[in-house]
Amino acid sequence: MARSLKKGPYIQLSLDKKVQRNIESGKKSVIKTWSRASMISPDFVGQTIGVHNGRQFVPVYITENMVGHKLGEFSPTRSFRGHAGSRNKGNK
Amino acid sequence: MARIAGIDIPKNKRGVIALTYIFGIGRSKAREILSEAKVDESIKVQDWSDDEIGRIREVAGKLKIEGELRSEIQLNIKRLMDIGSYRGIRHRTGLPLRGQRTKNNSRTRKGKRKTVAGKKKAIK
Repeated sequence: MARSLKKGPYIQLSLDKKVQRNIESGKKSVIKTWSRASMISPDFVGQTIGVHNGRQFVPVYITENMVGHKLGEFSPTRSFRGHAGSRNKGNK
Repeated sequence: MARIAGIDIPKNKRGVIALTYIFGIGRSKAREILSEAKVDESIKVQDWSDDEIGRIREVAGKLKIEGELRSEIQLNIKRLMDIGSYRGIRHRTGLPLRGQRTKNNSRTRKGKRKTVAGKKKAIK
């Protein structure tokens, strides 16, 4: 179910602050965050954000197309390597 | 014979039903089209006058249907895959996108069962 428009998009405050600071200073350092539920706002475009997947921070370079999605969508939490014994087929 | 939105020729059915044969038009859209074109819903397609067909075409032409709609859907999917989002990855691997279980079922996405030779039973 979609979030109420009245509330506006959810972006973790500290994350938003860090992004704004990055924009102001014009540097492109990777911002690490655990906030996978935060929505990508247009300000994020061009930044690289390290999104935690439970184990490590996956660097995500934000492009224009990603605006409106949540950060977690770009940092998969599971890695499926194929079933045992089928290594000869779906080797990727 | 009625050609609306390119190739679709639904005939000898009631207007509302016949229009739903077009991709992108369901029952409610069909009703809207007919009421806007001022054609009675229960007139069969073969009994439509040329004038009525013209009006229906005009109304239907404003909608995004058939090829145009299909290509839009494909573009949306392509966008998801290009940005590498979770849904895009699921599209690529042919698995359900919305968190359904995949231990069983989800045959619509996964296609026909592909049987894998089972583990041999231990020989006593």
